[in-house]
Amino acid sequence: MKDIKVLGSGCKTCQLTADLLKTEADKLGVPVAIEKVTDYAAIAGYGIAATPGVVVDGKVVHAGGLPKAADVDGWLQA
Amino acid sequence: MTSCCPLPTLPKPEGEARASLWISATIAAIILWFVVYQLLQPVSLWAVAQLPVAPASHLADALAFFLYDTPKVLMLLTLVVFAMGVVRSFFSAENTRRLLSGKREGVGNVAAASLGIVTPFCSCSAVPLFIGFVSAGVPLGVTFSFLIAAPMVNEVALGLLFGLVGWQVALTYLGFGLGVAIVAGFVIGRFHLDGWLQPWVREVRMGNVDLPDRKLTVVDRLQAGLDAVADIVGKVWMWVIAGIAVGALIHGYAPADLLASIMGKDAWWSVPAAVVVGVPMYSNAAGIIPIVEALIGKGAALGTVLAFMMAVIALSLPEMIILRKVLTVRLIAVFAGVVGLGILAVGYLFNLLFA
Repeated sequence: MKDIKVLGSGCKTCQLTADLLKTEADKLGVPVAIEKVTDYAAIAGYGIAATPGVVVDGKVVHAGGLPKAADVDGWLQA
Repeated sequence: MTSCCPLPTLPKPEGEARASLWISATIAAIILWFVVYQLLQPVSLWAVAQLPVAPASHLADALAFFLYDTPKVLMLLTLVVFAMGVVRSFFSAENTRRLLSGKREGVGNVAAASLGIVTPFCSCSAVPLFIGFVSAGVPLGVTFSFLIAAPMVNEVALGLLFGLVGWQVALTYLGFGLGVAIVAGFVIGRFHLDGWLQPWVREVRMGNVDLPDRKLTVVDRLQAGLDAVADIVGKVWMWVIAGIAVGALIHGYAPADLLASIMGKDAWWSVPAAVVVGVPMYSNAAGIIPIVEALIGKGAALGTVLAFMMAVIALSLPEMIILRKVLTVRLIAVFAGVVGLGILAVGYLFNLLFA
């Protein structure tokens, strides 16, 4: 089970990012638990300056803008 | 290396072949762009002549403006957004923060305002960015220089001003926009208002991030340009068309004398009025610039119009409401006041310079 956090204030791109992660995980058959982190202090704790950010198993893999599907697959299969 | 004799064609590595394909396609697209752009005026004039309206009437005037400007503005926008998308793939908010942290005021303000133009920035990221900058040791005033420049001096504003009003105005806007961001940020820094942040912001413990440093290829960067076009042009095209429609009405119907007397340079109060009217309006550069072009064409003073435009883009109520989460109301008031005064100064200065 991969633990995934989407960091963002709940803007549209953050929602799209969470949706994309879910879709790709289902497609690849990777079990995931996706959690949205909207608290600004918590987001800052991860050290990113642009949202949405993506954290996979405690490691920040992305910051700023909608990630590409190919990258998402890479994180899920790592 | 050139060769006298035809070389045996070696199969290129796949990545390289893909890169040259992308590069040639980009060059071909840019050439096609220029050809189509040259044809816009004759084609739009011809199209208006086919319509059952009296030539040289108000309606014909407005229609010609609309039919010529819509494709022209959208094409310019596409080209500029593509170019900036490629440029921006070299920058990120995290790198900019690293460049700015520990920078002294003064130099820091100049660097922050300049980086504000090229760093990818979305207003929904304003709060994390603000916290990220401040807690990474970027001085408050320097952070403000970035936050003022990022929305105001953007590629859409510059590209459209360049295409519609002329390069002199675009350059002057760039200069004055940067000037306002640098000076306003510096002044805010001098006030030492760090105590006016929301208390929790100062307690945030900033984590360290080590983003995987993916090496971007030429194809990735061109792709980033295309993504930017799909994203930005896809979002603002309706604004552009609405803006051009209003611009066309002004162009065809608004009496020149009336506008010149309201927005001309003889009316001293027109600059503050333009700022006051501009602040509550929330639009982006794409919607406002066709209106700017039409107003200037009708004899409105350049400084007044630019002050209006800067107020609309740089000071927006929604952004202030978002920033309310990290700034106290007093600090937001200082921010709006300093930037507003800067815009006023630009308006008067412009009207003097281009009198």
